[in-house]
This record gives sequence, C-alpha cells and structure tokens, in this order.
Amino acid sequence: MLGKTAAHIFWMFRYLERCENTARLINASHFISLTQKQNIANHWDSILNVAGNKKAFLSKYGAINKSAVINFILRDKTNPSSVLSSIENARQNARIVRNNLTKELFETINETYLKLSEIFRRPINEKNLLNTLATIRTKCQLTRGTLHGTMLRDDTYIFARMGSFIERADNTSRILDMKYYVLLPSAGFVGSTVDNAQWENILRSVSAYRSYNWLNEYEFNPSGICKYLILDERLPRSLIFCNLNIYENLMSISKFYNKNFKSLNNSEKFYEEMLNLTIEKVFEEGLHEFLVRYLKNLFILATIIETDFRFYK
Amino acid sequence: MNNIDLAKLYHFDEMFDNTSKPHSCYKDYYKWLSSEEPGNLKKQQIEANEFFKKIGITFNVYGDLEEEERIIPFDIIPRIISEKKWLAISKGIEQRVKAINYFLNDIYNQQEIIKAGILPLELIKNNTSFLNEMVGFTPPGGIYTHIIGIDLVRTPNEDFVVLEDNTRTPSGVSYMIENRQTMLQIFPELFDKIKIKNVTNYPLSLLKSLKECCSINKNSKKVIAILTPGSHNSAYFEHAFLADEMGVELIEGNDLKIKDKKVCMRTTQGYKPIDIIYKRVDDDFLDPLTFNPTSILGVPGLMDVYKSGNLILANAPGSGIADDKAIYSYIPDIINFYIGEKPLLKNVKTWRCSEKTHLKYVIDNLDSLVVKEVHGSGGYGMLIGPKSTKKKIEFFKKKILQNPNKYIAQPTLELSTVPILTNKGLSSRHIDLRPFVLVSPKSIKITPGGLTRVALKDGSLVVNSSQGGGTKDTWVLEEF
Repeated sequence: MLGKTAAHIFWMFRYLERCENTARLINASHFISLTQKQNIANHWDSILNVAGNKKAFLSKYGAINKSAVINFILRDKTNPSSVLSSIENARQNARIVRNNLTKELFETINETYLKLSEIFRRPINEKNLLNTLATIRTKCQLTRGTLHGTMLRDDTYIFARMGSFIERADNTSRILDMKYYVLLPSAGFVGSTVDNAQWENILRSVSAYRSYNWLNEYEFNPSGICKYLILDERLPRSLIFCNLNIYENLMSISKFYNKNFKSLNNSEKFYEEMLNLTIEKVFEEGLHEFLVRYLKNLFILATIIETDFRFYK
Repeated sequence: MNNIDLAKLYHFDEMFDNTSKPHSCYKDYYKWLSSEEPGNLKKQQIEANEFFKKIGITFNVYGDLEEEERIIPFDIIPRIISEKKWLAISKGIEQRVKAINYFLNDIYNQQEIIKAGILPLELIKNNTSFLNEMVGFTPPGGIYTHIIGIDLVRTPNEDFVVLEDNTRTPSGVSYMIENRQTMLQIFPELFDKIKIKNVTNYPLSLLKSLKECCSINKNSKKVIAILTPGSHNSAYFEHAFLADEMGVELIEGNDLKIKDKKVCMRTTQGYKPIDIIYKRVDDDFLDPLTFNPTSILGVPGLMDVYKSGNLILANAPGSGIADDKAIYSYIPDIINFYIGEKPLLKNVKTWRCSEKTHLKYVIDNLDSLVVKEVHGSGGYGMLIGPKSTKKKIEFFKKKILQNPNKYIAQPTLELSTVPILTNKGLSSRHIDLRPFVLVSPKSIKITPGGLTRVALKDGSLVVNSSQGGGTKDTWVLEEF
C-alpha cells in the first residue's frame, strides 16, 4: 500500500473520531449547563479550551455565549476543528483513497458528509441540538461499524484503527485536562470532594457514566474517576485502552510486514509505562502535568508512525 | 407519453421514425415505457439522481470555486442500438484504430506517409503534439494508443460518422459503467425483458489488455498503477474508480522516484518498482527533465526509464499527434495508405483553414459552419455559426484570418436526437456516442456501446459535461 494512502486512511479516521468526540463533549456540556446555575460562562469557556481555538472564537464573537459556542464548535467552517470541518476533511481523505475502501464504507462516509452538511446549513438551536448530536454520533458509529463489517483485515484496516485510537487518546486527555482547569485550579484541591455535576459531565462525554456507577456504586471522587478514565483497560475510551490498541495494531502490522518498527518499540514502552502507573503517581506528578506529558508522548508516537510507514516521504 | 413534435424531426431520431412509431430496436422498450405511469418515471429519475449523489459520482469544473464538485446529469431513457448496426460500427472502429497505430509507428520512425506525399511535412513540423523525444523509439509491442475513445455522431441519413478521435486520455468510461449500474438498480424488470450486451467488465479487460503489452518476463506478476494529476482534477472520480475496479494503485508524481533504472512508488514498506503506468496526466507534465520544467505532477527521469524499456506507458507519449484536428481530416487517407482499404466509418467534411481555397470558403460561409481550434478540446473555443451572433462571427473571422493554421471548419451537423425525461414528459435532445477501445499486441476490444452524451438544453448541439451536457445509458441489443 502507498505511504500516501496510509496517511489519508489514518487521518480520515482521526477526523471521524474527532467528530464523534466533539459531539459527545457538546452533549455533556449541554446537560451540565441546564442543571448548573453558577459559572455557566466559565463552563463554555473551558469547552473552547479543549478544542484549542478560544482565540479564534473571541476574535469573531467577542464574548462567550452558549449558542455562539455551540455553533462555532459544530458548524463554523472557519474553525478548523469544528464538526463540519472535521467531516469535510474525513470525506475529502476518503474521496482521495476511495479505491482503498469498500464501496459500502465510502458511501457511508459520503452520506454522513451529505447529511451533516445539510443539517449544518442552518444554525443549531436548543430545540434541534440533541437530535443533531445524536445524528452525528450514530453516523460516526455507522461508519465504524461498516469498517468492521466490510474491510479486509490488512494494513489499510490497521492504519484506520491506529488513527482512531490516537485521536481518541488525544480527545480523552483533553477532556480530562479541561476539567482540571475547572475543578483543580491549584494542586491543593486534588483529592477533595467536588461538584458531582462536573464529574458527571466528564463521564457522560466519554459514555462512561453508567458503567462507572455500576462498577463503583455511585461513589464519586476525582481519584476514582481519573483512575477509570486513565487506567481502566475495560473502558474503550480510557487512555490505557487506546495505548493497548495502538500497541496491538503495531504488533499486527509488524507481523504483516515481517519487520520490527521503531513505533512498535515506542508504543510498547508507552503501554508498559501506563501499566505500571497508579493514580497516586498521577496526582503526585500533578494531573495537568501528567496530561501535558501524555499528549506530548502521544504526538511523538504519531510522528514515529508517520516516519516508519512513509506517510509523507 | 408520445408528445414529440414531429415537425421538428428534421434530424434522425433514435427512438421514433417519421411516422412517430418506434424503430424496431426500441420496440420492446417503448412497449414498457408506454405502460409506465408518468409520475412513476419522474420518481425513478429522482431516485437515479440520489444514487449518483450517494456514490459520489462527481466531476470538478475548472474556474468554478463555489460549486467545485458537481454531479453529472443522468437521464433514465436509454439510447438503444441494434446489434447489426453495432457490428458495422465496430468493424469501422477496428479499422480506424489499427490505422492510427500504424500511423503513429510510421510518423515516429520512417515517416513513409510523408515521403509518399500524402501528409504534408508542415503538419508535423512545429506541431506541439508531435514529440521529438519519441522519434526513433518504438514502444513495447508497437502499441501507441492502448486506450482510445472514438466520438461518433449520427447524421440525418442514419450514418454514424467520426467527429473526433481521442488518442491521448479519453475519459468518461466510469460514467458508462455507473450509468449501467444505476439502470440495473432502478429498472431490474427491464433487464429481464430486454437482453443487452454487458459493459461493466471494462476495467478487467483494460487490466488484461495492459498486461498483454509486457513482452519481457511474461510469467512474473506485473505491477500496474494509474498516474493521476490529483484529487482536484476534473476526472479524479474516474481515476479512483478504475484503480479500485482494476485493483491497482492510484499514484501521483510525488509518490514516485527513479531507483535502479525503474520507476518506483513509495509504499509503507519502502519503494516498489512499477512495470506499467496508465497515465492520466498530459504528456507535457510527465517528466520535468524532458518536458515542462515547472511541472510537479510528473517524475524527473521517467522518460529515460521509459526509453530504456523498463516501463510501459499507456498511452505512449506523443500519441496525441493522431487526434490533432488537422491530422483528423487526413484519417481516410491514412486508413487507405496503411491498410489499403476504404474507410468503413466516414469523417465529417472538414475545411482546413491553412489551405487557401478552404480558408476562402470558410470565411464566406461562417454563419453556417462550426469552427474549431486545431488543438482545442472539451468544447472550449468553438464557434457554432448558425447559433451565433453577428458580432461573434466577426470576432472569429478576425481571429481566423490572423492565424489560419490554428483552425478547421466543419458543416453544422444535425446530430441525431433521443428523448429525455423532462417535467413535461418526453422531449428530444441531441446526442453523440463515445465507444472505448482497448488495443494490445494480441487484440482490439471495443465496449459494446459506450458513453452517450446528451445536450440537455433544447436545441443545443454541445454535449460536453463542462458545458451543460449529461449522459445516458447506452444499450447494444443482444439479438443473435
């Protein structure tokens, strides 16, 4: 397979994952803003921090308000990480390598794109917000399902999976980091009792609210929640789950190509480090400091993958 | 459903004769059509449009930023050709394609046709389509044009005549196949009733045909790739479609590098040599060392590899000289010279403005002629006299007199028509036909039918998709 093709497949699935995660984030935030009376502006402010485009928002809209933030994150084409921009990018990548995708997979992505661009032609308001978010989620899940159900299990599939897991790890750590700012403005607050609604928001945004409660009998505390999202291998959106899957996919491709790769060694070390990690150690280092370091390592791993498999040269 | 205005039938209509009865090849279809609810047909037309959109069958229009991707309009009424008629056409195409390859071989080697005084040397000299780099080099198997599209139109006396040969990179074959897939999806009952020849195996025939050109190491597995200018090219859908159907890689210039005297593509496991490239970029952009030095689409040194015999290019660079509009008028002589036969398919009468007597006739009769640029394509830069304004005709007159060598003229053809489905029912529109031909040292294969292009505007003669044309499924009946 061409290096270029691997790059397009990898990014296509990164963008799709980003669409879905952004929709989840908005979904959770919306509920929080409905149930919480104080610090509303602060809350949407932190959402903009996750997407990493607060500056662009402020220069365009001046002040933060819920409706503007939602529309900026969902459907503003000038925002490169909006859901609309992401689905356009995903579909453009798919179009370029459509000969490497099954017909069903290309058509699913194409239809997702057509459906979402149709929806996003008009502003999103409170009334149609939840329906819109549900459509984004189900369409992205349909695409993932079509990948699983129709694609040959070869290198193309592996690059699709790696793109998904790198993006997911990136998104989960950014969501955690967002709440670090909201909830833990100074290191002294670590471990103290906090506003349940805020943590609920985090759990909901990664579809982990019910499962957390089921496992922990409604025992809310930051340490337990962080442990769940960072170190629980059973949760498909936890950091360690992503690490394990990236590592396993690199193992498969090494077997497939009958060659050892730098990225395989790197991802193995990365995963082992996560295995040996305890939540106490994370708090010792500082949650924010840990997440910054994690994102940096993730970026390095993505860069090594890019070089190992000749994405660009 | 029959509301065609017979007074307007001064041209040949593919579906109805001049007593408004269907021609025999349309009999079965017409019987079905007459029994369909008009509202139902409209629904099926909408369904077809949705199908195209869903599959993403699009083309890009140059200089059109807002609406970069467009769906090519598709009409659900098929264009039908009898098997007998088709056999006659394909014999003519085969003869023409053979002659074109003989001509290319000769013109880049001995140039006997010039020595014999049949073709003037001036046509080759100073012609940008003639590549000096190809002189003295014969491609493997002696094949220059592996893939040709022959544009045919049907005149009032029912003859198919050749309007143009496309010997560089004919496009549209993906539409031909997707049109059929769409029809199969929407009208399964029709295909039960009427048996027609299959066209969807074209990509596999192309693959086979290309492999047959490899004379060396016949038994080893050949690596084939399609070279595209990239996703912004108007025909990118087709490039990706063919790569997919053929199971080959789709490459761009920046995927390629010359290594150990082979053209290699960058894969996830390093550089891998390629044996055959089906190129969909213009010759000029193939190799910046040999041709356009500013090109980023090609790969430096590719022509050296090609000429050392380590690569097959389809079509061979320089093949375009054969579809030059000035050469076109000599094709009957070319057929006669190399094959010793009369052409089975006629040309359209053509006046070459480079010749004094022709020029005078053209200038005096501009209001009834179609004038084309010798090197133009895609329907751009054309004058259609009868449909033009006085001002535009004067403007063209000046342009022609300034540079007569650049122009040819042809009579305005009354292209045949076939009905399309409009909001008001059936309405006839002008059409042409582009069959696709595959040439290898072993065989010449012609798609039964091809792509029917239709001018969607009432009375218009321009069928190009870039200028408001659409397409139809083309049926060659299975009768014998």
